[in-house]
Amino acid sequence: MAQYTENELAKDLDKQDYKFGFVTDVETDKIPEGLNEDIIRLISSKKNEPSWLLEYRLKSFEIWKSMAEPNWAHVRYKKPDFQKIIYYAAPTQTKKYESWDDVDPEMKETMAKLGISLEEQKKLTGVAVDFVMDSVSVATSFKSKLKELGIIFCSFSEAVQEYPELVKEHMGTVVPNTDNFYAALNSAVFTDGSFCYIPKGVRCPMELSTYFRINAGGTGQFERTLVIADEGSYVSYLEGCTAPQRDENQLHAAVVELKAMNDAEIKYSTVQNWYPGDENGLGGIFNFVTKRGICETNAKISWTQVETGSAVTWKYPSCILKGDGSIGEFYSVAVTNNYQQADTGTKMIHLGKRTKSTIISKGISAGNSENSYRGLVQIQKNAHGARNFSQCDSLLMTDHCGAHTFPYIECKNPSAQIEHEATTSKIGEDQLFYCKQRGISEEKAISLIVNGYCKEVLNQLPMEFAVEAQKLLAISLEGSVG
Amino acid sequence: MIEIKNLHAKIEGKEILKGLNLKVNAGEVHAIMGPNGAGKSTLASILAGREEYEITEGEVTFEGSDLLELSTEERAHLGLFLAFQYPVEIPGVSNVNFLRTAINEIRDAKGEDPISAKDFMAMVREKSKIVELDSSLASRSVNEGFSGGEKKRNEIFQMAMLNPKLAVLDETDSGLDIDALRIVAKGVNTLKSANNATIVITHYQRLLDYIVPDFVHVLYDGRIVKTGNKELALKLEEKGYDWIKEETQVG
Repeated sequence: MAQYTENELAKDLDKQDYKFGFVTDVETDKIPEGLNEDIIRLISSKKNEPSWLLEYRLKSFEIWKSMAEPNWAHVRYKKPDFQKIIYYAAPTQTKKYESWDDVDPEMKETMAKLGISLEEQKKLTGVAVDFVMDSVSVATSFKSKLKELGIIFCSFSEAVQEYPELVKEHMGTVVPNTDNFYAALNSAVFTDGSFCYIPKGVRCPMELSTYFRINAGGTGQFERTLVIADEGSYVSYLEGCTAPQRDENQLHAAVVELKAMNDAEIKYSTVQNWYPGDENGLGGIFNFVTKRGICETNAKISWTQVETGSAVTWKYPSCILKGDGSIGEFYSVAVTNNYQQADTGTKMIHLGKRTKSTIISKGISAGNSENSYRGLVQIQKNAHGARNFSQCDSLLMTDHCGAHTFPYIECKNPSAQIEHEATTSKIGEDQLFYCKQRGISEEKAISLIVNGYCKEVLNQLPMEFAVEAQKLLAISLEGSVG
Repeated sequence: MIEIKNLHAKIEGKEILKGLNLKVNAGEVHAIMGPNGAGKSTLASILAGREEYEITEGEVTFEGSDLLELSTEERAHLGLFLAFQYPVEIPGVSNVNFLRTAINEIRDAKGEDPISAKDFMAMVREKSKIVELDSSLASRSVNEGFSGGEKKRNEIFQMAMLNPKLAVLDETDSGLDIDALRIVAKGVNTLKSANNATIVITHYQRLLDYIVPDFVHVLYDGRIVKTGNKELALKLEEKGYDWIKEETQVG
């Protein structure tokens, strides 16, 4: 896979600036800024929600008000003013498109710039794309094929209307609204997101994918994703993000819940490339996300993430290994450049017997950035024979960036095996010289070395995502050795 | 091919090369021998473009260009190849990927189209035979977990793939057993042509049993103090370097 992509990188390398820094001019239906009960009622009514959901939102809001914004992460930023945020924005043309031809041409152009034209994807990859621009889904494909198999893949709002009992049963069972400050906020004000249900014994035949994009200026985005894999089913879910260039900080506080029932498997891959701020640290997205999955007996959840964007990232995709023999995996590449800050990692909570978890984290710090791995491996007292392997590597590109590792291990069962490896290295002058002597330019050499360093993680990504991720890594690290 | 005139270079304030002269023509093999610390590896590093060295005097002309004005990769594009004394490991980057990137960069610099996957793989198969390199090594990460002998064979494999005009072999024989030595030498001999040239830097005469040089130079104290043919190498093997040192001091 890797061997045919580096050459394509060269073309992209010409562009030094943030590639996706453009703004789409689509009329947007906004509600007034600020947060109070009335705003929440307004969001709920605009979305025509059932009363139980409004009550859930209002209760979450009460919980949120009683909580304080966490500050234990190794990041510094100006706390957002939650009364200055607009909590709902939807493209005015809210009706669903009958066919792809009906979609606003400007929106199509946006997608083309992102390299995700549906036409192309339909032909080449068989990926069903649920494209979320701001907060409302505007295009969904491959629905009928999925429908034949009983697979539900739709926007969260649609699921609330069409499958209220499924949403009601599962929502908030993995990430309760009491979980943390941002999860509570999301539970109160979430606008849309994705919903996915795979029935018993069904293997989803295509990668399910959602592209998120923050657009309207000053609009926070509060995505909600719920993926349920019923007994013995399998699904691979892709999430990719880019955002237009902005000077003011934009808050993103998503909640992702995964439920893998007995013998089910969920693979959740993310490539995140939100606007990281300029080279002086101005602007950029605040990404405060709660992602968590529960594994029942012999189930497996695998998180793979490539994080190159956002000014501040606070994110710990986690697995609760509840059922015996269940497996949790976390593969991560986090790149920080300029003044970006990332505090990311995972939590593996071993409850069941013979549960296994694997953590492979690759941090790359450049510029003046700070990159932290924070992970918790917790073995509860009934988790006989539980095993964990963690590997946390840090690569430094310059002398003034930082890499930090905060591994927490709590073990309450003596039969558990826990391994932890960590390395920190600086990108080698000798490696660069070796490449250059063979005729390879510095930029390309860096991309080669970094992609090699991240290979274990990139290999976990579906093919087309891996290619995109390699490009992102190269773009993020241009001219960064020093 | 290459002409070095009165080259002076220092590192961290210490002068290593003190007026080195050397001319190599196409079709020739030159051996540079000398005791430890004479400046042999410094010469190789400077030719390849290591930035730690400060050139204080002299000039180097390679294929009509002022070599010292060129970046490391530009030198490689012109056909200069260094077989490293200590080849570097690049984890996660396969040998073939690495070489394909290198070949295409060189082709691009010459205004040529990238090599097709088919041609490339055919070339890998053909060239790996020259150094009896197991095809699995070609798909493994660059030098990662290679034995000392495998690393050196891989250097010659890369040389075969890149087909340079001038190859500088920096102590390629160090750490090789006799079989590996023979394979490496066979590779170098196979690649020899009327259009390319080789500079073999070595400590011992042993390698020169297999790679027969047209000229043998003795590098001592930053200068080439004696030039001869293969007999000179044999004499050095027999008598060591002391007589050279004495001669030089007397002179």
